[in-house]
Amino acid sequence: MSKGPLLAAILAGATVALVVIGTVWPVPSAVAYAGSGSLLHSSSSPEEAVANLGDEIRAQAWDKAYASLANKAQFTEPEFVHDLTGYYPSLLTYTTLDKFEVRPIHASADDAEMELKLHWATVVGSSVSTRDLHVVRNGDHWEPEWPIVKEPMVPPQVIAVNYLRWDVIYRGPGDDWGAQDVETPHVRIVDMHPIERADGVVILGELLNEDVVPAYVSVTATLLSKNQSPMATEGSFDKISHVLLPKQVTPFFIKFANVSLSDVGSIRMTPLSALVAATADPVIEIGNQELHPDPDASLTGQLINQSGQVVNVAHVLGTFYDKSGKVVWIADEYVDQALLPQTPVPFEIHIPEDLARDISTQRTVVATYSFGGSQ
Amino acid sequence: MSLPKAVEAGNAFSIQSTGSGRATLYIVGPEQVLKRDIRLGETTFFPSGSLYNAGRYLAVLTGDSSTESGSFDVIPAHKPVNLSFLARPSRLPVGLHDGITGAVYVFDAYHNLITVPTQVSFELSNPYGAVQKRVALTQDGAAWTAMDSTAQQGVDKFAARIGDVLSARVVIQVAGDPCGLKMSATKSGQALQLVTDPVRDCNGNAVPDGTIVTFTEAYSGGQSTVDVPLKRGIAEVQMAGHNGATISVASGVVLGNQIRWEK
Repeated sequence: MSKGPLLAAILAGATVALVVIGTVWPVPSAVAYAGSGSLLHSSSSPEEAVANLGDEIRAQAWDKAYASLANKAQFTEPEFVHDLTGYYPSLLTYTTLDKFEVRPIHASADDAEMELKLHWATVVGSSVSTRDLHVVRNGDHWEPEWPIVKEPMVPPQVIAVNYLRWDVIYRGPGDDWGAQDVETPHVRIVDMHPIERADGVVILGELLNEDVVPAYVSVTATLLSKNQSPMATEGSFDKISHVLLPKQVTPFFIKFANVSLSDVGSIRMTPLSALVAATADPVIEIGNQELHPDPDASLTGQLINQSGQVVNVAHVLGTFYDKSGKVVWIADEYVDQALLPQTPVPFEIHIPEDLARDISTQRTVVATYSFGGSQ
Repeated sequence: MSLPKAVEAGNAFSIQSTGSGRATLYIVGPEQVLKRDIRLGETTFFPSGSLYNAGRYLAVLTGDSSTESGSFDVIPAHKPVNLSFLARPSRLPVGLHDGITGAVYVFDAYHNLITVPTQVSFELSNPYGAVQKRVALTQDGAAWTAMDSTAQQGVDKFAARIGDVLSARVVIQVAGDPCGLKMSATKSGQALQLVTDPVRDCNGNAVPDGTIVTFTEAYSGGQSTVDVPLKRGIAEVQMAGHNGATISVASGVVLGNQIRWEK
């Protein structure tokens, strides 16, 4: 006898039972996200006050979050929201708060210092920002003060931009068989070597656009075994600056998880390039670059948009070299706020601690994306 | 049935049949089929342009009581009319030996590949009057050559010719890597103004605008870099100008001079 109908009946019954249980006795978080309840606890301690604020930010309950602040007279609710999600379209505009952590720094009877670490889920991965909050007692409860960072204002002005722009016209479908098409940009891998890490093999390298036109580039690597049979193929994905202007160099980083370098006989590298319409604007200065040794080894600096165009997303790629000039690591970071003209924005790229001591110099490049066009 | 041994593509031809009565003549070949109702014993004429695709054709004569068949060839016309000219690349740096290649396929008026050896003249000329010439004989319908890119950038004309039939392509020769990259620094208020000399390659050609020049200012404890595109032949930027900083300039894999800045 077929057991299918019996199984279907059991599954249907279990589904109905779970729906009834979830409706009659919902968990608090579900009620909160459904909008008819709250996850909030009483703000009887500084930690609870900041945790409540984190919950309200995660639920995007901006009015409640703003109302809970002790210093709301210093700024408006839109300014508070913009401080969290960006004044101009940026990575944070399309993000949600995944989780947060609250850590006490200092507390007294009437006030406290708390650290609120916000883990944002962005389209390019997790982005973490940290705010130090002053929390004050107000009667029987505590209220956090939001450390507002007001967006620097760019004075109204006209900035003349006359950098080059390249457009591409390809051959048409009716052209003769032997008719020429526009030449694909010539690119060259100027450095490449694999390294072994705990979680697999990583290929580090640099790619040069040696042509006089912009190129859209990517790099693919295929690991070949000792008998020259393909083991795996991976691409650089976003660990590369995809648009290269003439004579520009980008690092690239290709990871093969769960592969041992001792099993690899050789590596086949395939750089890909295509003509792309591009502009030489904007120019980004990467200032105050500093290498910080371990612990928490990192490269810090600031991006300064020297052009008149707002850059919505900036992707910073750092190439780290040892004393002999060999690439020892490549790391990147997306900057989660828009770059306004002439306004410095900090960045921090973390470096694995076991490699930090080998690093002597670095080279940083930045890829920028503006809504309505990219470079 | 008397068939011609070979017919030149597009030419008129005739087929002589024997016997008497009515019959149907079929001619089947590459992408072409002809059908004629004929009277046996007469000559069937096919005007110019009847068969134009080169290849082997089958002729089948079907009468009331018998079927006869035979084959003949349609060969390409002798006169070249079309040249398919593949010139690669369409853009390359100056001063490359055998950097430009050209391949020609010779066709008649009906786009049949002419396989009879034919002499092809190749000519590469630049706007300054320099001309490179090569002559090649086709093999199986194709001829090819290689040319050097010259020392001067510009739009070159690359032509292949057979008699009065010409096919031309454009080859753009562009400047090579920057050579002798040099910058100078002047104080501009609190900042430092860095300007390169006009950037040229080793043959004196101006490197095109948009080429990225990287300025790096290394100072105690840190450094700043800016990628600046060439504009009107030079690159310029303002940097902080820390006291004791070493400022360097580079483009691609080419390094320029260094400046040590003391306030």
